[in-house]
Amino acid sequence: MPAGGVVFWEVLSRVGVFPANALPAPTVIAQTIFDLARSGELWRHTGITLWRIFVGFLLGATVGTLIGGLTGHVTLARKLLDPLLQSLRNIPSMAWVPLFLLWLGIQESSKIGLIALGAFFPVYLNLSSGMSHVDPKLIEVGKVYRLNGFHLIRRVILPAVLPEYFVGLRSGLGLAWMFVVAAELMGASRGLGFLMIDGQMTGRASVILASVILFAVLGKGTDLILEIVGRRLLRYKTQ
Amino acid sequence: MSGIATHNNALQVRSVSKTFGSNGSSLDVLRDINLDISDGEFICVVGGSGCGKTTLLRIIAGLERNYCGSVFLGDAPIQGPGLDRGLVFQEHRLLPWLTVEQNIAFGISDLPAAEKAEHIRHYVELVGLKDFEHSYPHQLSGGMAQRVAIARALAGYPRLLLLDEPFGALDALTRIRMQQELLRIWSVQRTTMILVTHDIDEAIYLADRIVIMSPRPGTIKRVIDVDLLRPRDRTSYVGAQLRRSIYREFFANEEIPEDYEI
Repeated sequence: MPAGGVVFWEVLSRVGVFPANALPAPTVIAQTIFDLARSGELWRHTGITLWRIFVGFLLGATVGTLIGGLTGHVTLARKLLDPLLQSLRNIPSMAWVPLFLLWLGIQESSKIGLIALGAFFPVYLNLSSGMSHVDPKLIEVGKVYRLNGFHLIRRVILPAVLPEYFVGLRSGLGLAWMFVVAAELMGASRGLGFLMIDGQMTGRASVILASVILFAVLGKGTDLILEIVGRRLLRYKTQ
Repeated sequence: MSGIATHNNALQVRSVSKTFGSNGSSLDVLRDINLDISDGEFICVVGGSGCGKTTLLRIIAGLERNYCGSVFLGDAPIQGPGLDRGLVFQEHRLLPWLTVEQNIAFGISDLPAAEKAEHIRHYVELVGLKDFEHSYPHQLSGGMAQRVAIARALAGYPRLLLLDEPFGALDALTRIRMQQELLRIWSVQRTTMILVTHDIDEAIYLADRIVIMSPRPGTIKRVIDVDLLRPRDRTSYVGAQLRRSIYREFFANEEIPEDYEI
């Protein structure tokens, strides 16, 4: 089906049903990506975008893990922090942009901060609610074997919460990709988001579409990495 | 058997009472429970729901605090959970991310690797689960999972094995097979057993002594010696007499149904 659609699109573009300047043919887009790759532009833009995703996601997921773990394990921390974080979660991503630009400047730190924020919430939410919903019957088994504190967390709570945690990591990564677009559209001189703006400014639809396709491929690729890691760790479910 | 070894007590329960309080009102769950259990004895505690039999078991396991009275395991008072008592719940409560082998090993972390492997192999074979060592709990039937739970509870060399309606969730045929298995394990290990059940026939088939409890407040109504040789015939006349007498404890003023037979 998708392959047929691409062929269909190619044919319609060739005969001129789709105007070439608005919706170029797939081969033209492929050629654009190829040209970008050959000139080195492609690596420059995808490299910086991937780096921002990596650092931002790592930062957001780490903070989300720490605060999620704290609120999931300590009821008092949950009561104090959770209502605040829940209300912050509802603020649309774009609404943070001016504030982050003001606080962190137009350089990398504001972009990474924004991506980290996007990654933070799903990781935090899934870990925190997952930990507070671990089957009390399994925790009791841990108690029967005299496990407390750290050992109880390591041997019972963490393995029990791992499936939810991975759901959080994957949706956190998804949001990181959404936020990187927002950040790079706002003000960047490099990156795939910048490439899109550049394509828009210079009226090259093929560059915009090439960026869209690269976003899709890279987003799917990074998600696949997490999925494979998760599947390895949660082997017991599928066996 | 009871009576012969009162000086050799595995467990002493002395004047244990427990009250659950909620919103000002309080409920006597257990009142003045006294019980002596000898080493190697098989005790069944029988009672309807709400008679406190599970609470009593949880007190012995060290999971319930805030009760009056005292419980001694050998000479030492019970002050919390410990590896000297194994506990089997109604649900198997195996950790779903661990294999059969790893679940059995869950409580025994401080053995050298080779010794530990040998130890686990012994318990895998004891409960008849050879070739299933590497299976995960969700791949097992209810009866098999409960065998793993028994092996896990036994693997820490407990002096006392506590079983809280362990076969309650199994189908009738599996339950009978598991009762036979448990007796076989008991004859090999000679661990002192306390099994809580609401199944009178199960108690008659398994126990040296049956402790009958009645609810509100939870008290021990009667303790019955079961002087039947093992393996016991589930349809024997003496067994039927015993069942009738226990049945009367629960339904004193009611007609005993004629068809209450296996």
